[in-house]
Amino acid sequence: MAEPIRLKTPLTDNDVEGLNMGDRVLINGIIYTGRDAAHKRLYDLLNEGKELPFDIRGQIIYYVGPTPAKPGQVFGSAGPTTSYRMDAYAPALIEKGLKGMIGKGMRSDAVKEAMKKGKAIYFAATGGAGALLAKKVKKAEVVAYEDLGPEAIRRLEVEDLPVIVINDVRGNDLYIEGEKRYRKG
Amino acid sequence: MREIDVKLITEKVRSLCIEANTDLGEDVLEAFDRAIQQEESPLGVEILKELKENARIAREEKVAICQDTGFAVVFVEWGQDVHLIGGGLKEAVDEGVRRGYREGYLRKSICHPFTRANTGDNTPAILHTEIVPGDRVKITVAPKGGGSENMSRVVMLTPSDGVEGMKRYVVQRVKESGSNPCPPTIVGVGIGGTFEMAALLAKKSLLRPLGTKNPDSDLNRLEMEILEEINRLGIGPQGLGGRTTSLAVHILMMPCHIASFPLAVNIQCHAQRHKEVVI
Repeated sequence: MAEPIRLKTPLTDNDVEGLNMGDRVLINGIIYTGRDAAHKRLYDLLNEGKELPFDIRGQIIYYVGPTPAKPGQVFGSAGPTTSYRMDAYAPALIEKGLKGMIGKGMRSDAVKEAMKKGKAIYFAATGGAGALLAKKVKKAEVVAYEDLGPEAIRRLEVEDLPVIVINDVRGNDLYIEGEKRYRKG
Repeated sequence: MREIDVKLITEKVRSLCIEANTDLGEDVLEAFDRAIQQEESPLGVEILKELKENARIAREEKVAICQDTGFAVVFVEWGQDVHLIGGGLKEAVDEGVRRGYREGYLRKSICHPFTRANTGDNTPAILHTEIVPGDRVKITVAPKGGGSENMSRVVMLTPSDGVEGMKRYVVQRVKESGSNPCPPTIVGVGIGGTFEMAALLAKKSLLRPLGTKNPDSDLNRLEMEILEEINRLGIGPQGLGGRTTSLAVHILMMPCHIASFPLAVNIQCHAQRHKEVVI
């Protein structure tokens, strides 16, 4: 297997265009967390024509709701949640400049189309590997919606967070291609 | 008559919540090892190794295996010769969940269905009780994650669908779930009973240790056949393509109404967590 590609956030169009379905990537820098409830709030803000609580341009949102950090831990267990629940909100965020999403599970056609148009990438992290992924988080702070508890938006500083490119900007989908390659009969 | 104080129930439930969420069973780890031997996809092998490493970290550092520490599903088999003193069983179990999730740094994932407001302490628990002969109490805590639960279904097949219809439905359910429920999964199948009993059978079937045979030889053969079909789908670890889509299929069955053929498929992610204690 090819060596993983190191990427530094925020992402540029160039970064994104250089990625291909199946690439293993190590993400470094700042990323933001957000899942169901936070996405609904971001979406409502956009519909009301209001500013988002952070500058989303070039950023990556990680679909995760961590466990509380134990004393001595930077961050609690933090694997991805299933992404399709964010499908209704993702295209609007991509239109505002979001460049990457980390989650697990297949995206809708509308999201895939928005990714092609807005040049954004969908990465998967290993679902259920929460203890391992937590170790890649070096700093964490809540930036919005503290009342949502595990669903609050957090700014994370990550070092070599391991992900895989599922959807690239050319419309390829590793879930579809991977299954095809190994299907029997 | 033997007496048990509710405080003991609370204490046991508390410990089981933490243990189940941080210490993945040996049966699951052995199933990962078998899968690593059989997996054809290099990326799939990498994922399976990552899951083993994740379980090691969680066990050693006593942190949650997965951030989704689940709905606390609690099975209690209550010996009919035991008298509970000092309070109610439901309250005692909920208190155990409350403490376990707080003191174990586990995620609170339970909310109001409409407003989505979090209850803040992971209660209420889902409590299944059964009165059994004897003077023992067995408590099993099986935290259940939302991602795989969302892919589960109950269906009322018609009797003419037969065994083949049942197999088709289960395989199709796994196919449609794709990468969502965190494969490799364990597929719990409940057959017969009524609408709600089929679902409970499916859930209970997941408590059987991986790598053990179904005591009913016909069902055991069916489990093997369905597993083989599932693992031909190509979904693989995390849905990235490969042989290991499911680690096992478990079936529990009981008689049903002459008009009915209830079937439930309860999908379980690879973080198959459950711990039990006998008091």
